[in-house]
Amino acid sequence: MNRHPNDASEARSLPETDGQPVSSRRQFISRLAAISAGITVAAPLARSAIAEGTDLEGRFPRQDPEGGLVEISLKVNGRPEKIKIDPRVTLLDTIRDRLDLTGTKKGCDRGACGACTVHINGKRVLSCLTLAVMAHGEEVTTVEGLAKGDELHPVQAAFISCDGFQCGYCTPGQIMSAIGCINEGHTGSDTEIQEFMSGNLCRCGAYPNIVDAIKMAAQRMKSGG
Amino acid sequence: MRPFTYQVPSSIQKATSDFGQDAEFIAGGTTLIDLMKLEVMTPSHLVDINRLPIRGIQITADGLRIGALEKMGDVAEHPEVVSKYPVISQALLKSASAQLRNMASMGGNLLQRTRCGYFRDVSTPCNKRQPGSGCPAIDGWNRTHAILGTSSSCVATHPSDLAVALVALDASILLQDRNQDRVLKLDDFYRVPGETPDKENQLNPGELITEIRVPRLPSAQRSVYLKVRDRESYEFALASVAAALDVDGDQIRDARIAVGGVGTKPWNLPKVRDALIGKPLNQQTFEAAAKLATEGAQPLRHNAFKVELVQRTIVRALMNLETLA
Repeated sequence: MNRHPNDASEARSLPETDGQPVSSRRQFISRLAAISAGITVAAPLARSAIAEGTDLEGRFPRQDPEGGLVEISLKVNGRPEKIKIDPRVTLLDTIRDRLDLTGTKKGCDRGACGACTVHINGKRVLSCLTLAVMAHGEEVTTVEGLAKGDELHPVQAAFISCDGFQCGYCTPGQIMSAIGCINEGHTGSDTEIQEFMSGNLCRCGAYPNIVDAIKMAAQRMKSGG
Repeated sequence: MRPFTYQVPSSIQKATSDFGQDAEFIAGGTTLIDLMKLEVMTPSHLVDINRLPIRGIQITADGLRIGALEKMGDVAEHPEVVSKYPVISQALLKSASAQLRNMASMGGNLLQRTRCGYFRDVSTPCNKRQPGSGCPAIDGWNRTHAILGTSSSCVATHPSDLAVALVALDASILLQDRNQDRVLKLDDFYRVPGETPDKENQLNPGELITEIRVPRLPSAQRSVYLKVRDRESYEFALASVAAALDVDGDQIRDARIAVGGVGTKPWNLPKVRDALIGKPLNQQTFEAAAKLATEGAQPLRHNAFKVELVQRTIVRALMNLETLA
């Protein structure tokens, strides 16, 4: 259960918590889970101290030995953010609940619908299947980061021109995914757009207008507009 | 999601330390985080391997080498993979969605878990998830399940398209742990369920897939991945075929063929291959060979259609290759 003896020098140990008040809800839950899983409490607590001292400096998330929280820094829409977070929290929940950027939507929360699509370092990904700790040190762009002041991103403008939505719930994810689709060069035909946008579901069925919007935006972006 | 601790090692040596039975590696996370939310998988420690130096796509004199952390999307669109190993590119592009392909690693793809609904639902028994608890799929809803390699313990299909293409091309994987490196044929890496469906492959605890090695094959350039499914995109296979042909005039010099969506592991078809080699390149040859694909098949109540479907998919795939003269 414990680390390899050779790495013992890198492991920092936690203060002994047995017999003392539990210091945080997180630890309490962790202890409960450990008990219900039928494993000793000592092992997971000791493991929460696993932190590769040198590796964690600067570049890597730092494990907080007190609360089991991890401090991460990331850039969201160009703004540096520093957050202490439970490692279980997804990037989606971090964006919405901690940073109050509620443009990114939670649809299925299982990687099946695309409503939560954001960009990490310019690539479209699903924020519901990304742990926030995994985005440490990365640049995240959400739908709020697209417009320049009052000037909409060409894809946003095209979605309005082409009426590329009805209820609008999937729209932020559609727009973030559409930018990826255009940047990747997959707008050669309606079929190609459909194939490379298949990860974004629209229950209203606005698909034909979404395809039109992507074609329009691709043209404008090619001509520098 | 159950609590866990998290760590980001910077070397393979550190990543393959002994973290105990309930630790898991995480790369793209597209399978693991999904299954952790469902509490199908409940690791208490995550070892994030994304900073390990196991990347790179290289064509060498021996063939193709792909670092295990390369993203599915990057490999699919790599110009030399597209031109020299089209079956790999096509299998990847027909997997998941563009977003998931930007996240999921090549190594992780090979280790993804089955989509069997009973496996994913912790309120039902499942021998793969909870050994000895039973298999409701055998007498339950089994339209998408396997007809080849099944046992009385498990009938779940292996979900990877990439693995089918790699098995067809006789690919190997490099496995590394603290003490040793070893190379295994991917076909030998996967296990049929037998009485232990929870043991899906030959990976040891703490061992990592670090590289995929595809041999240089004359047939690879003329290869195809054909996937039949309930919807045209963003769906798992009902039946899929990875096929490669090397031809000499009107004669088949070499053939490689494996099928997906029908087996408990990516299903290699050496008998079909033997039935193609040395034969004339035509539909009669393909149809005769395809019949051998389902020898020993054990259809269930809802999936008997897969027997004919996979045979026809094989013929269609080979006919696609025939026209690529």
